[in-house]
Amino acid sequence: MTAAVLEIRGLRTWFFTRAGIVRAVDGVDLEIAPGEVLGLVGESGSGKSITGFSVLGLIDPPGRITEGSIRFRGEELVGAPEARLRQLRGAHVAMIFQDPMMTLNPVLRIDTQMIEAVLAHRDMRRAEARALCADALRRVGIPAPEERLKAYPHQLSGGMRQRVAIAIALLHDPALIIADEPTTALDVTIQAQILYEVQKLCAETGTSLLWITHDLAVVAGIADRIAVMYAGQIVEQGPAAEVIGRPLHPYTLALLESVPSHNRRGQPLRQIPGMAPSPLALPAGCRFRPRCSRAGERCHEPPPVSMPEAGREVRCFHPCNRPPPEKTEAAPEPDRRISRPSSRPSPGAG
Amino acid sequence: MLAYLIRRLFQAAITIVVMAVLVFVGIYAIGNPIDVLISPEADPAEIEAAIRRLGLDQPLWRQFLLFVSNALRGDLGTSFVHNEPALRLIIERMPATLELAVAAMLLSIFLGIPLGMIAGLRHDRATGRGIMAASILGFSLPNFWQGMMLIMLFAVWAGWLPSGGRGDTVPLFGVPVSFLTLDGLQHLILPAINLALFKTALVVRLARAGTREVMLQDYVKFARAKGVSERRVVLVHMLKNILIPVVTVLGLEFGSVIAFAVVTETVFAWPGMGKLLIDSILNLDRPVVVAYLMLIVFVFILINLVVDIVYSLLDPRVRLSGRAE
Ligand SMILES: Nc1ncnc2c1ncn2[C@@H]1O[C@H](COP(=O)(O)OP(=O)(O)O)[C@@H](O)[C@H]1O
Ligand code: SF4
Ligand SMILES: [Mg+2]
Repeated sequence: MTAAVLEIRGLRTWFFTRAGIVRAVDGVDLEIAPGEVLGLVGESGSGKSITGFSVLGLIDPPGRITEGSIRFRGEELVGAPEARLRQLRGAHVAMIFQDPMMTLNPVLRIDTQMIEAVLAHRDMRRAEARALCADALRRVGIPAPEERLKAYPHQLSGGMRQRVAIAIALLHDPALIIADEPTTALDVTIQAQILYEVQKLCAETGTSLLWITHDLAVVAGIADRIAVMYAGQIVEQGPAAEVIGRPLHPYTLALLESVPSHNRRGQPLRQIPGMAPSPLALPAGCRFRPRCSRAGERCHEPPPVSMPEAGREVRCFHPCNRPPPEKTEAAPEPDRRISRPSSRPSPGAG
Repeated sequence: MLAYLIRRLFQAAITIVVMAVLVFVGIYAIGNPIDVLISPEADPAEIEAAIRRLGLDQPLWRQFLLFVSNALRGDLGTSFVHNEPALRLIIERMPATLELAVAAMLLSIFLGIPLGMIAGLRHDRATGRGIMAASILGFSLPNFWQGMMLIMLFAVWAGWLPSGGRGDTVPLFGVPVSFLTLDGLQHLILPAINLALFKTALVVRLARAGTREVMLQDYVKFARAKGVSERRVVLVHMLKNILIPVVTVLGLEFGSVIAFAVVTETVFAWPGMGKLLIDSILNLDRPVVVAYLMLIVFVFILINLVVDIVYSLLDPRVRLSGRAE
């Protein structure tokens, strides 16, 4: 494997609020190879977005990176000067946000917002930059780009706006795109189109993709590898097919069981019991323990990351490929079974 | 946009008609127009003439028509004191008031918006807190007291600036203005500051609140994620969004600046409409007072109209939906 595009080690991003310290990201290790698509999955509030923003150095006070290292193509970003981060943002590491209704400035025209993104990194005439922007819009399948450039965001549909955001992300052929739930706010058909197009465009240019989502079903199809996040930590990562086919962490298993799928059609859908822990009061030991059906005595200690198989990592004392521990304490209430609802639920998302 | 304009003009016209009816009802139908509009010192022959001129011996509806046609010709009564048409008296003094009000507005915009944005961006630091503390002072110290302190400090003790009057004026498009002569400018500074203090405090608060709201928006973060410079993020992405509410409120406040000018003009002996109003009240010169009120209502309506149009130009969401209608 060639050197990683992005290498995150022991990242902690904490928010120092009046109510206490929010450990939004608390010891995350991730690696993305060139051209790789890494799916970062977890319930809402697990710290996925904050992980993404940490890479770009866009954590607003009262939050800050308290520990760890983020290396982009070998260059350390934690503590890097703001001027250097600004050079990288948009040019080498781009980001697409969740809600296309909110990512474009409502009082500025599309051309203003695209041309400034070009001129932030390249010295060229406005007319040239404009032509570049029209090309970028065409690339993401926007018809009549010259007209769209003159529009204001509210004149475009949600799907169209997200395409504009994607076009902006692709402007400088970045080495890495962080896509933070870019399809969550869109309806299902447009979700599929956008998913397909981003994947295709990244494959064409060899861009690595960090695809953040709370929906395992979304990443299953596009990710090379999957990392599962829970309460600020990565609890499992490995090749996508293996993580989905044979999950090791009880949380991953629970997430999978809450996704409707074809081969379990007709079976009841499970919901993960309990609630995601408050980031202000994380349980001692394993953070998933209060909701885990396999929890045992040892789980009162924080579990270390182990590599039970090549290429796979799991943070659990009793991974699912081994028999569950002897029950020495009252296990939490067994899974509540609920009947499959007619609409498509998201796995344990809040 | 054109449809929007026409609709707004129509609304403004209706408001003016309603106002005319209200003033008429107040003076002619409820009050006694002879008391209000005719000088108490007039002799019976003069009263007789005035009654005929105002049509007070006619039925009410004829009186109303006469009132409207007089008002349309600019005749809102004659000053007892100056024996001149009240409206002309007021309009003669209008440029001085407008000059003062505009100077105060500009001061509050160019001081208030930057200070408010700094206070918003640094809301948890000493700079931000200091600006907010100062703005509370600006709000709570009485206007006339601020004015007297300014005179004490800069005119009486330091002797840098004159304490009152308008100074030399030169005509600009036929209207006398102070700000183009050094002497006039020196006379303008203190009253403009006095009139601006309250509004500056208001603008600081609005701009700070707007900044704190806008700085958390995704589009600001997205702009940063594109690698756009911090300067541009603040001066384009944030400022443009903050301007919309600030300009709207300030525009609407312009009328109240003119109204507040009454105090400032009195303290600084600034020869504007406000001072004329106070003098007229003291002299029981009622036609001038009535004309002043009508004119002010008219100005308020005009300001509202202009603000709506400017607002729609600033905010594309309003501008373009107006066109679609
Ligand atoms: N500005 C902030 N102040 C305090 N806590 C925050 C702030 N932003 C995010 N958090 C907390 O960080 C945690 C992770 O948030 P986030 O990364 O947005 O979750 P996700 O993207 O996985 O849904 C959440 O518990 C959230 O409450
Ligand atoms: S460490 Fe224990 S509590 Fe945590 S996930 Fe594994 S089995 Fe469950
Ligand atoms: Mg998120």
